[in-house]
Amino acid sequence: MRNLKFPDAATPPMQSVKFYQTGTFTVGNRLLAEDERSVQANMERTNSLNSGHRACQGCGEALGARYAIDAAMRAAANQVIAVNATGCLEVFSTPYPETSWQIPWIHSLFGNAAAVASGVAAAMHVKGRTDVRVVAQGGDGGTTDIGFGCLSGMFERNDDVLYICYDNEAYMNTGVQRSSATPPAARTATTMAVGREPGNVFGTGKNVPLIAMAHQIPYVATASVANLRDLEFKVTKAMGIHGARYVHIHVPCPLGWGSAPADTIKVARLAVESGLFPLFEAEHGDITGRTKLRRPVPVTEYLQLQKRFAHLFGTKPDKARLDAIQAIADRNIARFGLLENA
Amino acid sequence: MFQVRIHGRGGQGVVSGAELLSVAAFLEGRYAQAFPSFGSERMGAPVMAFCRIDDKEIRLREPVMEPDALIIQDSTLLHQVDLFKGLHAVGLILINSTRSFAELGLAEFADDSRHYRLCRVPATELAQKHVGRPVPNAALLGGFAAVSGEIRLESVVAAIRSKFPGKIAEGNVLAATEAYALARKSREAIHA
Amino acid sequence: MLKQVEGSWAVAEAIALCRPEVICAYPITPQTHIVEGLGELVKSGVLAGCEFINVESEFAALSVAIGSSAAGARTYTATSSQGLLFMAEAVYNAAGLGLPIVMTIGNRAIGAPINIWNDHSDSMSMRDAGWIQLFAETNQEALDLHIQAFRLAEELSCPVMVCMDGFILTHAYDRVDIPTQGQVDAFLPPFEPRQILDPAEPVSIGAMVGPEAFTEVRYLAHHKQLRALSLIPQLSDAFRAQFGRASGGLIRPYRTADAETIVVALGSVNGTVQEVVDDMRADGVAIGSVSICSFRPFPLLALRETLQHAKRVVVLEKCLAVGLGGIVSDGVRKSLSGIQLNGYTVIAGLGGRAITRSSLRQLFEDAGADELEQVTFLDLNADVVAHELEREALARRTGPTAEAILRRLGTVGSRIG
Repeated sequence: MRNLKFPDAATPPMQSVKFYQTGTFTVGNRLLAEDERSVQANMERTNSLNSGHRACQGCGEALGARYAIDAAMRAAANQVIAVNATGCLEVFSTPYPETSWQIPWIHSLFGNAAAVASGVAAAMHVKGRTDVRVVAQGGDGGTTDIGFGCLSGMFERNDDVLYICYDNEAYMNTGVQRSSATPPAARTATTMAVGREPGNVFGTGKNVPLIAMAHQIPYVATASVANLRDLEFKVTKAMGIHGARYVHIHVPCPLGWGSAPADTIKVARLAVESGLFPLFEAEHGDITGRTKLRRPVPVTEYLQLQKRFAHLFGTKPDKARLDAIQAIADRNIARFGLLENA
Repeated sequence: MFQVRIHGRGGQGVVSGAELLSVAAFLEGRYAQAFPSFGSERMGAPVMAFCRIDDKEIRLREPVMEPDALIIQDSTLLHQVDLFKGLHAVGLILINSTRSFAELGLAEFADDSRHYRLCRVPATELAQKHVGRPVPNAALLGGFAAVSGEIRLESVVAAIRSKFPGKIAEGNVLAATEAYALARKSREAIHA
Repeated sequence: MLKQVEGSWAVAEAIALCRPEVICAYPITPQTHIVEGLGELVKSGVLAGCEFINVESEFAALSVAIGSSAAGARTYTATSSQGLLFMAEAVYNAAGLGLPIVMTIGNRAIGAPINIWNDHSDSMSMRDAGWIQLFAETNQEALDLHIQAFRLAEELSCPVMVCMDGFILTHAYDRVDIPTQGQVDAFLPPFEPRQILDPAEPVSIGAMVGPEAFTEVRYLAHHKQLRALSLIPQLSDAFRAQFGRASGGLIRPYRTADAETIVVALGSVNGTVQEVVDDMRADGVAIGSVSICSFRPFPLLALRETLQHAKRVVVLEKCLAVGLGGIVSDGVRKSLSGIQLNGYTVIAGLGGRAITRSSLRQLFEDAGADELEQVTFLDLNADVVAHELEREALARRTGPTAEAILRRLGTVGSRIG
């Protein structure tokens, strides 16, 4: 670097700049060494899910899928076959006669993505194609409900498949109906905000990442589109492991959640920072890492941005339910050890 | 076509017996069909199996309605199940028992030797003695070979060896061979 | 090589000779022995280069098959009855995607009431899903049809169901001729997929198709099965040339040339029918029979040619279109469109009830005298039926029908026939 102030002075010795917090957005990609940059920053990224798909403005799932699949491709030297369940991602990415997938991709049924992926993996194995990796993907509906049996079967057999669940907490493509991933109090078309218990009922639902851990599969992780670097890191790590792996990504749906399209990442971040969506990793049933929260955010900050929770606010806020949701967040924080100084 | 119906209880190797018989016939270059009756298959329940033997391809697929031979593996079925339904005139009745036909309450059959050929073999005892297990099917086939005229003992022996492993096969072969000898002797006695 | 083995084992050996690459199945009576046989062949190393996967449901079984077939592996599965229904969504999916999966159906009745014995209701439930459906008359034909099925499926890119009567064939010991590996290799070339999931040439399979193109896609599926009407006989001929015996084809007429009465049936019951035909012919009755091997595609033309000069046709079915009568009869009637003759539907053998020579003899004699109803339930216990109807008329809370009938029958011990 030339010394512009004193053009004739000797150039002082180069000092390498140490960047902190390189895993977040604090430091821009171009200042990092190549191998530390995010996949999406790379001009050579595969664009597995290419532009031109029909997702809504602000779709968290499209964002998550783009990051996840490109990361998987880079980790597998571009040898990936994707199996997709029926759902938003499948529908908006393949409007006949177009497809926005640039990788081999198959959609069979709503509930069988995990099983179809097991079949693809078996074919690759029997043909000696150890270089080709299989990724299955589905929404929360196709994963936690109708696809649950096949998912558990794939886990139990330890088939060499990475299953990615894009969790937008309801059956969005069919018009926002409740799934077993829908959080308590959320309004959906089948849990309307009316009557004695407005919105989704408390005391229901299932936590598939924990269920995945109960199968003791090699790798389970939760991720969020709020932290895309972390998402890429987890997918990349998963791809370095063989056997059954599960990554559960929280993806806001502006349409279904009633949030502003521009707020998708913000809403996702608040879900993480409130403790409602803890980020963690587990191997063979034991938690091996979690993202700590420096300053947990009250759940109301998260809920207020979404019309699906609007009935909890207004002139007479539903204190009991808000407290109950806060209790869920607090329990997560305690259970997963999310506090910085814990 | 020669049709055999085997009666017994679940767990006594009734189905295996029919299969063995079919293999024995096959080894003699004949066509054979063996299949189980399709009732509740729990241990101790009455079961049936069937075997047809012929010199040409067997097309018939109904249960054996008119057996030429009955093999009764468990005498406790007598008077409980209609074992003799459809039995041909000049039908062979081969029964696993140490008691005589009269003692079993089957004197009417014993008396009518024009229409029924009778044979009694203590097959369970023979199996216990040679194999160490009370499964009478192979021994009964030895008896069957002796009195039916449909199958040779060598074929039964070969079938046993093809279906069972080592020591168990040899034990069953001994049981079948002894049953054969006993049956031949008693047959000669009847006709003496 | 001639062997005396259980039908299921013969089928397992035949499938192994076809060099399958992925086998995935969920156990259900009476298909279990086939899959167990294959599992043993894979595990012991006799069948090499094959992945055997124990799945958690029939839906998973066919889904795994869909994945592996789409990825270019020759794939096989098997099921029966309830299992076929459980995978129904995937059955339509596999056909719609044009994947050449071969699946054995060990024909078994569908509940309720739960019944493990043979009839054709399972295969019939999926008759319009787009799969080719072949019915085996004997265990020899069952094993032969699987070899033909792989070649048929792969040539057309269409899945094939090989149907064999549960217990009657699957659990029967028969004399069969098992081909050599060389013979099968000469008949069945390696799998050359029409579409394949391959990173070297990415494609998207399974798009959503709207009104603008759906009809054409379905028309082409229909067209494919119509092509099969020519291909199936060709393969049967090729099979005969390679293996030296008649097997498969669309239909198999028996003594129909001058027959006044012709009986039509599917599967193993044809053997018994032929015995009765021979008995009646010996008594001077002009009777014959036709075995339908290819039920889908339905051989309209071939049947018409065979049946058109008869005075009457008796369709003997092991299935029931509840509220209508016959299923196979519908197809037979269609084949005789415009031709006037007496058609009789006989529903027989449901839930494994034995179809006896003597019952058939009486039935055919009644048919010959045109003294049959349009739809007859063979060997129906009219007393039991009358009693049950009477009972139901007396009160509202009459309890489950099946249990009531069983109580009346006092079902204990074994019954012959």
